Amino acid sequence: MIQAAALKERAETLGQALPPLLAEAERLASAVMLGEHGRKRAGMGDEFWQYRPAHQGDPVRLIDWRRSARSDVQFVREREWQAAQSVTLWVDPAKSMTFSGDKTRASKGDRAQVLALALAVLLLRAGERVGLAGAGLPRSGRAHLWTMATTLAGADAGADYGTPSADDVASHGRVVFLSDFLGDLDPVEAALSRASAKGARAIMIQCLDPAEEDFPFDGRTIFESMGGTMRHETLRAGDLRGRYLERLAARKARLQVLAGAVGGHFHTHHTGGSALPALLWAYRALEGGR
Amino acid sequence: MFMIGPIGFAVPWLLLGLIALPILWLLLRVVPPAPIRRRFPGVALLLGLKDDESETDKTPWWLLLLRMAAVAAAILAFAGPVLNPQTRVAGSNPLLVLVDGGWAEAPDWSSRMDRAAALVDEAGRDGRPVAVVRLTDAPEEIAFQAAEDWAGRMVAMQPAGWAPTAMADWVAALPQGAFDTYWLTDGLDHPGRETLVEAVTARGQMTVFATPRPVLALHPATFADGIIGLRVTRQPPGAAVAVEVAARGPDPAGIDRELARATVAFDAGAVEAAAELDLPPELRNRITRFEISGQRSAGAISLTDDGLKRRKVAIVASRDDSEGLRLLSPTHYLREALEPVAELIEGGLSDQLLANPDVVVLADVARLTQNETDAVLDWLDKGGLLLRFAGPQLAASDVARGSEDPLIPVRLREGGRSVGGAMSWGEPKTLAPFPESSPFFGLAVPDEVTVTEQVLAQPDPDLADRTIAALADGTPLVTRKAVGDGQVVLFHVTANAQWSSLPLSGLFVQMLERLAVSTRTGPPEGQDLQGQIWVPEQLLDGYGQTMDAGNIGGVEGTLLAAAIATGPGADLPPGLYAGSDRRVALNAVGTDTVLAAATWPAGTAIEGIEAPAERSLKGLLLSLGLGLLLIDVLAALLVSGRLRSAPGAAAAVALACLVMSMPHPASAQTEAGPEDDFALEATTAVVLAHVVTGDARVDEVADAGLRGLGEVLWDRTSVEPAEPMAVNVETDDLAFFPFLYWPVTDTQPVPSGAAFAKLNTYLRTGGMILFDTRDGDVAGMGGSTPEARALQRLAAGLDVPSLEPIPEDHVLSRSFYLLQDYPGRHLQSTLWVEAAPPDAEQAEGMPFRNLNDGVTPIIIGGNDWAAAWAVDAVGTPLLPVGRGFAGERQRELSYRFGINLIMHVLTGNYKSDQVHVPALLERLGQ
Repeated sequence: MIQAAALKERAETLGQALPPLLAEAERLASAVMLGEHGRKRAGMGDEFWQYRPAHQGDPVRLIDWRRSARSDVQFVREREWQAAQSVTLWVDPAKSMTFSGDKTRASKGDRAQVLALALAVLLLRAGERVGLAGAGLPRSGRAHLWTMATTLAGADAGADYGTPSADDVASHGRVVFLSDFLGDLDPVEAALSRASAKGARAIMIQCLDPAEEDFPFDGRTIFESMGGTMRHETLRAGDLRGRYLERLAARKARLQVLAGAVGGHFHTHHTGGSALPALLWAYRALEGGR
Repeated sequence: MFMIGPIGFAVPWLLLGLIALPILWLLLRVVPPAPIRRRFPGVALLLGLKDDESETDKTPWWLLLLRMAAVAAAILAFAGPVLNPQTRVAGSNPLLVLVDGGWAEAPDWSSRMDRAAALVDEAGRDGRPVAVVRLTDAPEEIAFQAAEDWAGRMVAMQPAGWAPTAMADWVAALPQGAFDTYWLTDGLDHPGRETLVEAVTARGQMTVFATPRPVLALHPATFADGIIGLRVTRQPPGAAVAVEVAARGPDPAGIDRELARATVAFDAGAVEAAAELDLPPELRNRITRFEISGQRSAGAISLTDDGLKRRKVAIVASRDDSEGLRLLSPTHYLREALEPVAELIEGGLSDQLLANPDVVVLADVARLTQNETDAVLDWLDKGGLLLRFAGPQLAASDVARGSEDPLIPVRLREGGRSVGGAMSWGEPKTLAPFPESSPFFGLAVPDEVTVTEQVLAQPDPDLADRTIAALADGTPLVTRKAVGDGQVVLFHVTANAQWSSLPLSGLFVQMLERLAVSTRTGPPEGQDLQGQIWVPEQLLDGYGQTMDAGNIGGVEGTLLAAAIATGPGADLPPGLYAGSDRRVALNAVGTDTVLAAATWPAGTAIEGIEAPAERSLKGLLLSLGLGLLLIDVLAALLVSGRLRSAPGAAAAVALACLVMSMPHPASAQTEAGPEDDFALEATTAVVLAHVVTGDARVDEVADAGLRGLGEVLWDRTSVEPAEPMAVNVETDDLAFFPFLYWPVTDTQPVPSGAAFAKLNTYLRTGGMILFDTRDGDVAGMGGSTPEARALQRLAAGLDVPSLEPIPEDHVLSRSFYLLQDYPGRHLQSTLWVEAAPPDAEQAEGMPFRNLNDGVTPIIIGGNDWAAAWAVDAVGTPLLPVGRGFAGERQRELSYRFGINLIMHVLTGNYKSDQVHVPALLERLGQ
């Protein structure tokens, strides 16, 4: 009874949270008008490619009667072959993603979810198959969007820092990692190599808060990780700034190297700015990787 | 109460808390500022980083100091510090307040009375019966009464123009039983003081209240060798200082003016200083008084009597006798007697008369020409004194034999008589004592004065009346008759020693003095004044202001002479006393008066007159502590780096603002901005202004009053005044203000000469000042409330036109509202405005006189208008007026007066000009 009630309450909470998340993602995606990527040869697809004389063995139902009626031979209407991509999205659910340096700014996690959903909207519109890592293989169809949104919103914040998962990555598909990549980099590397092993290409989007980029702190401070598992005490936070930024830059460089090693792309996105450039970059990166 | 310097502590044991401060220091020192806890995902990147330096784990020393100061301030505050605590322990015995009450206290009389009133109030709160005694009064039984009974009487108490002379007499008047004494002293030793001190200390505790202000005394001016000597003494001696002594007297137009001024410079530590004044005789003879500038006391005023005057005497002898026989010359003794005390005019009689002498002496001149006689008669009619001496020529002539000669008091017998000579019977005759009717009454008759020859008077009916001195056998020796305003006096003997020894005696000089031929050089002796009744002409009050003598009776000359030697008293106040022919000044400070410092028995508590107000410092210290803590908050934020973020900075700014806006305990000060700002502020709109009096309460009410009036003006009329301004007549430019409201206070300093010049320019160029004595005019104009006296001091320097009580048809009564009276907070006082020209006529068919020109530059009243007008910040009346509805009606009327006043100021006599409207209309119609 209690469980049911809790479930209901949680579902209602989700129901309230989802439409804004979806709406945000749709709004973001609607700013991007992209055509479907044809394969420039006949095959399965919706777009007309060419008429050709019917060969033997062509099923009768393929004959385009309207075209055939204008001549003596039968024509078959061929469509362009359209291959759907399988894109797997992984959004870091860790607690570190709940950080926001300013009350007026959305947290990194929110931004990452919006980005992921918007990307999914775009991809689904283009007829690709999209799925979330750990939530089944990629599927097409807009109906899938709702499931994804529910899964994202319901993602449980577990550890302080997230471990990228390369589950459910389709072979020769694409995998998108959305995280702050502030945790240990070894799991990242492992996930990348697993994806690489499946022939998938990885795209990494690092969502950072401007506070993490600037380190605007001073005075005696105890820094704690979002989950409270890590802490560091300093008497003059201001003095640490330079070294912190150095380490951050080194990490970005490392991630760039990791991404490059598996033929992927790496991009840093700041929650202080608009989400659109990151979305465009991600879409193009998905396209260009063909 | 535990005292440190002027600060006492109510709960001194709390000060022990200060010992804990070093411990606090140690505690605060080891505790670093608390760290901020921050959730920050980037902490993973920070792990392993070390701090470069580590000194901030201790609180910085200046922050420590700040906190220590805050805590110390709090400890001090709760220890109950009081500045200038009143440590006197109230006794339970009856309280006797003694006030010297002489002229020496006049300059700070009001503050003394305030202090005395405070003491009486205090005693009243303690339930002690009180008696207040002014020691200059005549002793009478002292009765203790409730303190409330004294409040009214003390207001009316004024300093006397004399010093207490008989303190010892008060010993007998002291009440029975034990009592405590508060003695408000002027710091001078007065006769009998020690006796009284002994008497009151025997009965109880005595506390003395004294002021360090020196007492200045101006001694009567001396006159020698044509130079006036001025002497000023002071007590106690102090630093080198120069005082100005002004000589005042009527100018040729009869207006009292300052005629000369001398600077008397005291050396440091000197008690006495002197100066000399060399004036031409014309000026000198006009001097009526000397006064020390800026000192309001009878002791700083020295009235001059005839002692400074030198009469012009023309001596005419029958002929220039042969040289070498000077002792036989008819005028020798006269010249000897008059040379030092009068100005002698030489030359012929007609020339001498042109010089307008006071006295013409004809020594044995029998007959004058007709022209000379007419000239002398004219001169006599104007008040001259013709002094004639007999002699062989007069005896031999036939002048005044058959009928009375106009220039000889009596008819004379032919020949005269000779007694006691070689060829005659009898002894030389001596003088009879002078009768009471004689101007010589009171002069001692020396035995050695004898008369051997004289001319004799015919026994006419009025001979007895005209005789003012006679010989022992009753023969007239000096006769006198009045001619016009003047008189003719005949000595029936010669002016030399030929006929009598009179010219050789001192009596001759005294007689000349009594006849006002000569004037004395020193202070008058008893004998000089004896035998006459001296009637006070002018009296001085304790402040040195002349007052009408009123119906005070005359005094006997000997008493006056004694008073001149010892000083005036209750029955003989200082002033100018007039005898038959002369006037004698009785000054508060005589020639021999010595200002001696009063010494009090060892152990007497002596306090100042100006009681420093008790002031609790608790609030101040707590505010200080709180302020320090606020600064500490900012500093702590700064140290811990929390001032970086925007909300932190905003909070810091807010805190700083809070610190700034803490109520500042210092008294409000008006900062004089640049002149341009002042001018702009005063001229962008009509600005009502009031004069700064220095009394914060009065200024506040005046400001609130003008604001209230301004609001009413804004509501009801087209005058839209800006915020009122306070004007300092010394420093500010007055030209911008059409109207100044001047509340008169007792304590207001008299403006400087430059300020008076500015005020006069202001009044002449169309400004108006409303003087408000705020006393309801309880004493009537020229009365003796402190404000009225202050007003007199103010008005003395102003170019005030002649004033009159406001007439019914004055334009003020109809410049906006129709008004019959002009109430403020008080109802009844008369309003004085510039007098209408005497030729103003009532216009035909009009209820008003034809008064067209000029706005009265000055209005004087005492209704305390500002108090009736005053409103607070939200527009509700600040002070109650009257009672109930009638009071509100009165306030309304006072607003109406204010509106009429401002209308009168701004539109002049526009309303008065309306009388011409019918005539103008008629002319336009033609």
